[in-house]
Amino acid sequence: MILSVEKLKKSFDGFVAVNGVSFSVEKGELCSIIGPNGAGKTTLFNLITGHLPVDEGRVILNGIDITHMRAYQICRLGLGRSFQRINIFPRLTVFENVQAALLSHRGKSFDFFTPVPTLLQEETESILERVGLQNYSTATSGSLSYGFQKQLELGIVLASEPELLLLDEPTAGMSAQETRHTIDLIGRIARDKGLTLLFTEHDMKVVFSISERIMVLHQGQLIAEGSPDEIRNNPDVHKVYLGEIR
Amino acid sequence: MSKENWLLIPFVLLILLIPVSGSRFYVFLGTDILIFGLFAVSLNLLLGYTGLVSFGHATYFGIGAYTCALLMKKASIPFPLAFAGAGILGGIAALIIGFFCVRLTKVYFAMLTLAFSQIVWAIAFKWNSLTGGDTGFIGVPFPQYLDSKIRFYYFTFAVVAVSLFILRKVVNSPFGRILTTIRENPERTEFIGINVKLFQLTAFILSGIFAAIPGALFGIFNNNVFPDILFWPASAEVLIMTILGGIYSFFGPVVGAAVLLFLRMQVTSYTQYWPVILGMILALLLFFFPGGIVGFLQTRLTLLRGNR
Repeated sequence: MILSVEKLKKSFDGFVAVNGVSFSVEKGELCSIIGPNGAGKTTLFNLITGHLPVDEGRVILNGIDITHMRAYQICRLGLGRSFQRINIFPRLTVFENVQAALLSHRGKSFDFFTPVPTLLQEETESILERVGLQNYSTATSGSLSYGFQKQLELGIVLASEPELLLLDEPTAGMSAQETRHTIDLIGRIARDKGLTLLFTEHDMKVVFSISERIMVLHQGQLIAEGSPDEIRNNPDVHKVYLGEIR
Repeated sequence: MSKENWLLIPFVLLILLIPVSGSRFYVFLGTDILIFGLFAVSLNLLLGYTGLVSFGHATYFGIGAYTCALLMKKASIPFPLAFAGAGILGGIAALIIGFFCVRLTKVYFAMLTLAFSQIVWAIAFKWNSLTGGDTGFIGVPFPQYLDSKIRFYYFTFAVVAVSLFILRKVVNSPFGRILTTIRENPERTEFIGINVKLFQLTAFILSGIFAAIPGALFGIFNNNVFPDILFWPASAEVLIMTILGGIYSFFGPVVGAAVLLFLRMQVTSYTQYWPVILGMILALLLFFFPGGIVGFLQTRLTLLRGNR
């Protein structure tokens, strides 16, 4: 078991956003969390990754209690995360974005005197190639198209060589074609690297085509969990989604 | 050698040759520019590289000036040790103040740096027996071997050059790269495994040390130290120099310091409305040249190259 979440709870000014959620993820699994807008998916991710303080419950990563750790510590323990909104370093080049994450991961960030421009060049370029940005390495990342910025976001996460990857709506705002491309990319990388994947996604076609297991979050609680077929035929899920899932 | 280094050569030659002209005015102005140039670059380590707006940077400059002067005159400590002491105390002050400031973000960070700087100013202003209070600390001795304006000018140049060399190494190192990711997006930086507050604090301390060094030079250069150099307008002035020169270029703040000091000297000999002129320059700058002088020149240069 790589990740275990136990009775996690979080409220904002009396509004309970995540209400006693428990689940676990096995090593190498490809899981997704779905749920209508405001179900608490992003909050759940923020709690797991240390971005928000947890009110109650525990989060265990590889046997280590990470509930009250800071985000950077959790990242160093092998949990990577991408964001729903674009979250990159916009004035830096594509190369510099990925290189910074690599420098951090390799423990080189507290080096004050080695010239940085060509440091870890090969490793950085190989990651850029893997996410399909090898021809844009000198471009200012903020000027890239939306789809490319999402790919870069993935590149930054991969540079930390995570064991477990949390992807928050990796295809949000993408065209159908970009979505397919990105999902192929993520699937390929996860298989190559033996990554464990936990992601949220609004596109049901994507969710049902690639997930091995699906969890359904509604009003801060898990209401169903199972294989894509089980979820498709679950009457509670149908109620929540008003027949959207067929 | 990189293009930027080639560009530096004529400037370095110019600086070295100024005393040969025999003009006392230019030696004086040159010393001033070198001192404030380093001061502005030290601020820019926070502003341009780490994305932290400090409104109290004069604190470390002032602490440097007072420390060096007091150690030399009151404790009769030789100049090299007093000078090193100034840098160390500047760093310690930055460690203590920064420890609290990096806990806050954006405007709250800026306000807290201002609050601490006012506290330090008030101490220097009121502690008559140590600092001389309002009348200032008068009669800071020139070290014997630097007892000429030209010798002191060359000494200042050497100190500033070495300091800028070190700072430039630092901003071009992995540490410097991480500072820029913090400037761009502190939240994301945390998620690549970086303890953001620790990096911000480290930058704050470095910035304090390299503000105290020119401060120590300034005290000796003027033969006295007044609490004014700790007051908030001094912090505002170095902030303006930095933005005027350009915060996204390493040498930008030096250019800003040079232009501001030169203009001030020219303008104040014609009119007493320097603050009005300064205000107008600042307003024009923010609207039309947000990248500062160097930023403006850089975009012009790329445009010219593109047209060719």
